[in-house]
Amino acid sequence: MPVFWLVMIVLAIAIGGYILGRGRALAGAGGDSRHLHSLPNYYGSNVAIKAVAPAFLLMIVWLIAQPIFVSSQVAGDLPDGIVADGSSMSLVMAEVRRTAEGINAAVASGAMSPEMASSGRADISDFTTRLQDAGQIVTATITQPILNAAQSYRAMNATGNLLMTGLVLLLALGGTVWGLRESYPEFRARNVVEASVRALLIAAASIAILTTIGIVLSLIFNTIEFFRIYPASDFFGSMTWSPSFQGNSQLGIWPLLWGTLYISIIALLVAVPIGLFAAIYLSEYASKNVRAFAKPAIEVLAGIPTIVYGLFALLTVGPLLMGVFGNDGLGWMQSGTAVMTAGLVMGIMLIPFVSSLSDDIINAVPQAMRDGSYGLGATKSETIRQVVLPAALPGIVGAILLAASRAIGETMIVVLGAGAAARLSLNPFDAMTTVTAKIVSQLTGDSDFASPEALVAFALGMTLFIITLGLNVFALYIVRKYREQYE
Amino acid sequence: MYDAPNPATEVGQQDIKITAKDVQVYYADTHAIKNVNVDIVDRAVTAFIGPSGCGKSTFLRCINRMNDTIDICRVEGDIRIDGDDIYDKRVDPVQLRAKVGMVFQKPNPFPKSIYDNVAYGPRIHGLAKNKADLDIIVERALRRAAIWDEVKDRLTAPGTGLSGGQQQRLCIARAIATEPEVLLMDEPCSALDPIATAQVEELIDELRRDYTVVIVTHSMQQAARVSQKTAFFHLGDLVEYGDTEQIFTNPKDERTERYVTGRIG
Repeated sequence: MPVFWLVMIVLAIAIGGYILGRGRALAGAGGDSRHLHSLPNYYGSNVAIKAVAPAFLLMIVWLIAQPIFVSSQVAGDLPDGIVADGSSMSLVMAEVRRTAEGINAAVASGAMSPEMASSGRADISDFTTRLQDAGQIVTATITQPILNAAQSYRAMNATGNLLMTGLVLLLALGGTVWGLRESYPEFRARNVVEASVRALLIAAASIAILTTIGIVLSLIFNTIEFFRIYPASDFFGSMTWSPSFQGNSQLGIWPLLWGTLYISIIALLVAVPIGLFAAIYLSEYASKNVRAFAKPAIEVLAGIPTIVYGLFALLTVGPLLMGVFGNDGLGWMQSGTAVMTAGLVMGIMLIPFVSSLSDDIINAVPQAMRDGSYGLGATKSETIRQVVLPAALPGIVGAILLAASRAIGETMIVVLGAGAAARLSLNPFDAMTTVTAKIVSQLTGDSDFASPEALVAFALGMTLFIITLGLNVFALYIVRKYREQYE
Repeated sequence: MYDAPNPATEVGQQDIKITAKDVQVYYADTHAIKNVNVDIVDRAVTAFIGPSGCGKSTFLRCINRMNDTIDICRVEGDIRIDGDDIYDKRVDPVQLRAKVGMVFQKPNPFPKSIYDNVAYGPRIHGLAKNKADLDIIVERALRRAAIWDEVKDRLTAPGTGLSGGQQQRLCIARAIATEPEVLLMDEPCSALDPIATAQVEELIDELRRDYTVVIVTHSMQQAARVSQKTAFFHLGDLVEYGDTEQIFTNPKDERTERYVTGRIG
C-alpha cells in the first residue's frame, strides 16, 4: 500500500477517534460539558493524538530503517567477486536497485506478469528485452546475480511494506482504543494536549538544530578526508591556486581568501555609508510620505535575485568601469570583470541589508533621548551623531556584520563580475575570484568526488563557515559589550 | 549664571520674564490650546496644573519651541522672553533651547557617562575653552543640582546606572550646565518615589534663586509646595492664573475650585 494512502487511513482513524472520544467524554458527563475536567474538544484531541503520534513515529522510523536493512541483506547475499575492478559496491547496489525499480514499473504497466517478475528461473535475455520494451533504463544485459539480488530486493521490500502497513494500522487503532478508554470526565485531557504541543515544538526546534549539526559534521568529515589526501600545510601555506584534474594540483587557499576579503571590503565600503546614511535620512529626516515610499523602494533591492545583479555587473558596470579605467582611459583595467566591478555591485546589493536593519534600530532609540538632546539646544545632526547613533551602535554593528556575512558568502555576482583568475594582487581592477566561486567550479563538471580537486570544496566551505561563525560571534560580543554599558 | 544668593524672591515684585498673548496651538485639526494669555515672573516657580489632556504640557513646550519637532503641530500667537518674540523668523529654535532648558517627565540621561551627560550642552555650544574649564562647568552644574556628592567618585560611570531620583537630578544638572535663563519641567517627579520627589522638590526651590522655573505637575500638593504662581488649565483654556496661595485657598473660578478640591480631574 502506498505510504500516501496509509497516511490518509491513519488520519481518518484519528478523525473518527476525535469524534468518538469527544462524544464519549460528553456522554460520561451526562451531556453537560461543565462536569468535564477539560473542554470536550480536548478529549477528542487526546484520542486523535494517541492514534496518530505512535503510528507516524513507527512509520518514519520504519521508512528510514527498511532500505538500510534490505540493502545490507541483499549486499550480503551477493556472491564474492561481483564487484569488478574500478567499480564499487555502491555502484553494484545502484544497479540492483535500478533493476528492481524497472521490474516494478514493468509489472505496473503490464509488460511483465507478477509471477515472472519474482520467478527464480526467469530467462535473463527475455527479462532484459521486456524491461527495455517497458521503457526502463537497464544495462544491456542483466547478469544472473544482479537479477537474483533485484528479485530478493523486491521481495524483501514487499514484505517490509506489508508488515509496516499492518503494524502502523494496528498501532493507530490501539492508540484510538487507549484514548477512548481515557475519555471519562475526570481525565485531564487538556494537560495531555498541552504536553503534546510542547513535544511538537521541541521536535521542530530539534530538527533545525540537528540539521545544522548534520551539515557541520558532513563538512568536517569531508574536510578531514581532503586533508588525508592533500597536506593541510600546502592548503594553508601555498600562495598558488591551480587545480588540474590530471593531478599535481596546487590548492593554496590564500588567493581565494584574499579575493573574498578584497571584494567584501569594497562591497562594505559601498554599502555601509550609503545604507547607514539612507537609514538616518529615512528615520530622522524624511517626512511620512517620503518614508512610506522610499523604504519599500530600497527594500526592493533586497528582492532582486543575485544572478540579476551578476548580469548587471557583467553587462553594465564592467563596461562602464572599462570606459574610465580601461585601456582607453587610465589603463589600470584589463577587462570588465574585476574586483571593483563585483565589489561595487555587491555593495549595491547589500545597501538594503544595512539600511533596513539600521533604520529599525534607529527607530527603536527612545524619543526621550532625542527630546533630551533637542531640549539642550542640539541640532538634528548633533543629536544623531552624539546621542542616537551611539545608542543604536550595537545594532548597527550587528547589521554591518550581517552584511559582511552575506558579502563573504555571495557567489553569483562574483562568478559573473569578478572573473575566474585566482591571484594575489593589490590592484582592485584586476580580475580575481573568491572561495564561493571556486567551490562552484570545483564541483560542477565531471570530477571524481574522491579526488582532492573535488574534496577541496569542502575544505573551502569549512573555512568560509568558520569565518562567518567568527564574524557572528564577534558581532554578539560587540552587542553584549555595549549593552552592558547602556542599560 | 551666578552663584550669589538672591533672597528677594517674593512674588509680586519681580520683572516679568515670559509673556504669552493669544497663544493658540493646533495638532492637525485639534485645537489644543485656546487663547492663552499669561505673564510668567522671573526668578520664581510657576506651576501649571490641570487634568490630563488640558494642554499644560503643550503650552510648556511652546516656550522652548519643542513643538517644532512635531510635524503636525502649529503654534499661533505671541510668546516673548525678555520682550523678544521667540517665534520670530530670525530666532533659531536651537539657540533658544539653549537659553530655555527643559527637564522631562521620565529621566532621560543619554547612554553616556555622567560627566559626558552634563558636558553635552556645554560642548555643543562651545561654553568651555578647555578641559579644565569644562570640568569646572560640570562640577558646578552637578553641585547646583545637589547630586555632586553622590556622583563625584564615579563621573565616568554610565548615567543610566543611577537611581531614578539621581537620574532626574542628573538631567536637571545637564539642563543647567548650558546656563539657561528659564527652566521648563514637564512633570519632573511623576516617575519618582516620594523620597526622590522630596529631593527634587527641594532642588526646584533652590533653583528659583537663579532661574525662572516653570513646572507642569499633576500633584496639587506639589504645586502648593514648590510654586509661587499657579496657572490652572482646563480643556485647552487657561482658566485662572494667580498667586499659588490664592489659587488654592480662594479660587475665583468655579472650575478651579472644583479641581483643587478634587471634584473634577
